[in-house]
Amino acid sequence: MPRYAALIYGAASTDGTPEEWAQIMTEYTEFQDAAGAAGVLSGGEALHEVTTATTVHRPQGKDSDVVRTDGPFAETKEVLGGFYLIDCEDLDAALHWASQIPGAWHGRVEVRPCIDFAAGQ
Amino acid sequence: MLSTLVRLTRDWDLAEDALQDAVLVALEKWPSDGVPDNPVGWLTTVARNKALDRIRRESTRPDREMAAMTRILTDEAAHHESEDTLRLMFTCCHPALSSEAGVALTLRTVAGLSTVEIARAFLVPEATMGQRISRAKKKIAVARIPYRIPADHELPDRLAGLLAVLNVVFTVGHHAPVGELHARVDLADEAIRITRLLANLMPDEPEVWGLLALMIATHARRDTRVDDQGDVVLMADQDRSRWHRTEIAEAVALTYRVLRRRQPGPFQTQAAIACLHVQAATYDETDWPQITELYRLLEHLQPSPVVTVNRAVAVSRAFGPSAGLAVLDGVEGAERWHLYWSTRAALLAEVGQPEAAAEGYRRALDCQPNESDQRFLRARLSELES
Repeated sequence: MPRYAALIYGAASTDGTPEEWAQIMTEYTEFQDAAGAAGVLSGGEALHEVTTATTVHRPQGKDSDVVRTDGPFAETKEVLGGFYLIDCEDLDAALHWASQIPGAWHGRVEVRPCIDFAAGQ
Repeated sequence: MLSTLVRLTRDWDLAEDALQDAVLVALEKWPSDGVPDNPVGWLTTVARNKALDRIRRESTRPDREMAAMTRILTDEAAHHESEDTLRLMFTCCHPALSSEAGVALTLRTVAGLSTVEIARAFLVPEATMGQRISRAKKKIAVARIPYRIPADHELPDRLAGLLAVLNVVFTVGHHAPVGELHARVDLADEAIRITRLLANLMPDEPEVWGLLALMIATHARRDTRVDDQGDVVLMADQDRSRWHRTEIAEAVALTYRVLRRRQPGPFQTQAAIACLHVQAATYDETDWPQITELYRLLEHLQPSPVVTVNRAVAVSRAFGPSAGLAVLDGVEGAERWHLYWSTRAALLAEVGQPEAAAEGYRRALDCQPNESDQRFLRARLSELES
């Protein structure tokens, strides 16, 4: 079954009241229950806030020095907050499930096909 | 043929390669053996076999190879053709692809145009268009955009995207933006053919019938839109005896039938306008007041500067050129559209402002319309300057 990553972008988690976040967590639990029952969900993590991110880069090539940068690579208002791995027959099914992730209304969800090295794709 | 091969192989490049192989065999065999009774069936069969050969020879993916071979070997052949075309259309016009990519892909795969022709039609370099098409094909394959007709609940949304693409295909065919006008008549036929198929497969969708009627009514004037030299002939000067009467009758019947459903939409409104034009015995006898009202409805349904410019023309015929110019004064965002400037120029000439009119025609030429439009604009300009 093809696998897709649903990358959840939204405002930083420091925004919003505890009550708002409790509501959002309830919505995520609902999504996970539904996607889990459908056998679609194959993984996923919530990520710590973007200020804890470090980006590594070897600008001069494979054996060159590592440049470690505080924060994410690109400065944007919306940050990657977490992701799910979902197994779906095709893109329509993946978009159907991704659009039920609460991030789809609190922010945006980007769907990317995962490379299946075993299938040579 | 291509759509059938795409359905069987699920691989757009493989389908195109196999069809090309089949054409090469035909070029070799037909001159000596004669053309077979059913050339399309012959080509499809040869292409299916060529696809099988290529899969056996090249595939590094045993599971996909088996799946494609099973589909090819068990397929019952040509009666799927129409549904395959629809599947192909809906895939090309999938919302996960940009509309630019959708139009390009539809022209490449459904209409069979070359990348060069499509690039010229949309005023972009060939390399850019080639990249646009191959990127879209890659996304279809890698992200697995499904090859199917959408389910009922997805249909309104998906259909609107498909109709927009078909309308662009027709418009490109009917009014080639670059080069000679007559070059793409077959593309307009193709758009009508596919829209008719769509209407018969989805008879409950009024906008499909609206688009079909609009295309037929517009296409009925094809023989009179340019003269023998390839110059544009305005609707006012077209020889109405050479309009295709049976086609006009069909467009009018379709329009009346769909309007009775009372679910108005942009394409139905445009069809009604096109029918009023082609039903008039002479240009002056056109029902301009009603056309003005229909454009007002269209502005409400689908606001755009293009619609307002068209309403300005109708208003100028119904209520005089000054009234038309007043409507044009309210248009914003049409400065790069040659018909905006040439419409303004024509009305300015009518109200006795030749210098301003000449400037309008020059601005229209700056928009770089196709060659016959350019000749038309230069002719008006030289009339004013003499």
